Amino acid sequence: MSKTLFEKIWEKHVVKELSDGTALLYIDRHLVHEVTSPQAFEGLRMTGRKVRRQNLTFATMDHNVPTDDRSVIRDPISRAQVEALSKNCADFGVTLYDLDSDKQGIVHTIGPELGITLPGLTMVCGDSHTSTHGAFGTLAFGIGTSEVEHVLATQTLRQKKPKTYKVEYTGKLQPHVFSKDMILKLIGLIGTAGGTGYVLEYCGEAIRSLSMEARMTVCNMSIEGGARAGMIAPDDITFDYVSAEDRPFAPKGEAFEKAVEYWRTLPGDDGAKFDATITIDASEIAPQVTWGTSPGMVTDVTATVPEPGSVPGYSAGDVEKALEYMGLTPGTPLTDVSVDTVFIGSCTNGRIEDLRRAAKIFEGRKKADSVKLLVVPGSEAVRRQAEAEGLDKVFKGAGAEWRFAGCSMCLGMNPDQLKPQERSASTSNRNFEGRQGKGGRTHLVSPEMAAAAAIEGHFVDIRQWSNG
Amino acid sequence: MDRFETYTGVVGTLDRANVDTDQIIPKQFLKSIKRTGFGESLFFDWRYNEVGKPDQDFELNAPAFAGASVLVTRNNFGCGSSREHAVWAIAQYGFRTVIAPWAQRGDVRVPAFADIFRNNCVKNGVLTIELSSAEVDEIFSAVNASPGLKATVNLEAQTIALESGKSFSFEVDPGVKETLLKGLDDIAQTLEHESDISAFEATHNTQLG
Repeated sequence: MSKTLFEKIWEKHVVKELSDGTALLYIDRHLVHEVTSPQAFEGLRMTGRKVRRQNLTFATMDHNVPTDDRSVIRDPISRAQVEALSKNCADFGVTLYDLDSDKQGIVHTIGPELGITLPGLTMVCGDSHTSTHGAFGTLAFGIGTSEVEHVLATQTLRQKKPKTYKVEYTGKLQPHVFSKDMILKLIGLIGTAGGTGYVLEYCGEAIRSLSMEARMTVCNMSIEGGARAGMIAPDDITFDYVSAEDRPFAPKGEAFEKAVEYWRTLPGDDGAKFDATITIDASEIAPQVTWGTSPGMVTDVTATVPEPGSVPGYSAGDVEKALEYMGLTPGTPLTDVSVDTVFIGSCTNGRIEDLRRAAKIFEGRKKADSVKLLVVPGSEAVRRQAEAEGLDKVFKGAGAEWRFAGCSMCLGMNPDQLKPQERSASTSNRNFEGRQGKGGRTHLVSPEMAAAAAIEGHFVDIRQWSNG
Repeated sequence: MDRFETYTGVVGTLDRANVDTDQIIPKQFLKSIKRTGFGESLFFDWRYNEVGKPDQDFELNAPAFAGASVLVTRNNFGCGSSREHAVWAIAQYGFRTVIAPWAQRGDVRVPAFADIFRNNCVKNGVLTIELSSAEVDEIFSAVNASPGLKATVNLEAQTIALESGKSFSFEVDPGVKETLLKGLDDIAQTLEHESDISAFEATHNTQLG
């Protein structure tokens, strides 16, 4: 019978079908960070359990870490959480990339960089953006802390088999339109719960032509569409990325050749059935800007702030509440909306390609005086690479603060936060109320759109702007 | 985990859709390394005003909802971040049941709860009940008509009965039902399959997946 990419990987990892209709699923890689793991390690201590597969478990610290001066974490509670991770990793024998490591970074940025993420694997982390790794043809999804403890102790999870959803992007993207716009467009169409219960599989011409970095952006935000996992079938672009020389955990030489042979069998068979499908013409996607407090509240940059009652999937009341929080009036062109802060970074858009694209916009230009501009690489490896290419000089020349790696203002668990009513253009993934700081107003955009907003002080249609 | 036994409690309402886990428990409370102490921070940004006092405009602060243990809300509750702290906050506040409606969007039936949140609830003995929009509207109306209304949640029979007389039945996964009713320890249950896991590991290549 024809199988989808997801079905092939799922079936290969079922240890046992259980009597309650769930499956015991084997987990090949477990990533751990400081925020969602302390209670899980404590649970192991209380029950006298061990980490079952230390060699499949990797930890780093990213959410709490300062991005300016890394020598000290001033917030004592943040510091205690980071120290707890160090102690837990030492006690339980887990590899840790801490603030002294040149491999530290956002957990979803370093997994692929280090070759921990590989096609065909199952992968989990106590973090909803684990869906990022699906870009490699990996079944990767976020879990809660109880499940983190479960995986640490058993290397398995009890899971109900999700349904499958084919998301096909036909045609070619317009210049300056990004994978970020592709995923925001999808979320606008299906809503933030449209993918709940499904694994999304992205396919089509526009997906095939994306780099691995851009594919990761798409898969990263699957969760904003409600799907725990999003996947892209591996191809030569995937294998080239995995075979780069600085990926210590990826197979090498003959082992790599053998792996590629297997990975080529992973793409879905012709005629494989999906439970749901959607087709989007990529050539018609305009740069996207969110206007509300949910990633599904998104529209084309050429549009205006919508009227309550005119937005599919959201009640008039939902929209009114969102616009009140955002301080926006229906009918205002999005290009008239000014921003105070621009944040370029996060597990969505903090990779080297994102920084290259943003830097190209900043070349020879300066940010508007009214704008605070923060550029935060996703990992220390990205930071070094960017500095080797001179991108840091471009950013600093434009008036940006160039930082060390971490989650930073995506969720503001560290000191990088918006103040009440401050408005940001952000390359991150969530525009929820208070996400970047209590009372802060977030607009999600692509790296180029964020860079142009920093220069002009308001949103612009990057397609027109770059031509002009 | 405690067994989920039939109980009667006050129904509190939260009339918002797409409530995300950042709202259920904001980031500053995720720095704790403990599993307790989250109840006071539930819905923190909505629940307290600038000077840290309960905001009287926030629905759940209504005196009639004091001690509420059944939460009724709208579609896509618990979306966003995987933080289990959200469920710890809900449970430690005193809610043992959360009710929300599924929604129809085109051909797709959109579930009432986000996936990771719903799984996290099971691990903490919190029951999520999915009803139709019409049924949830009925519960909202009944509570609005008589704030402080109580309901009896019977997982064994899969019913929720309002003290005003109306009763609703709900679906639940058999495995979830058994786990909640028996208060089972998930990891201990899985470790009963230890020999299966070891046998699987003996042949499974974790480099190839």
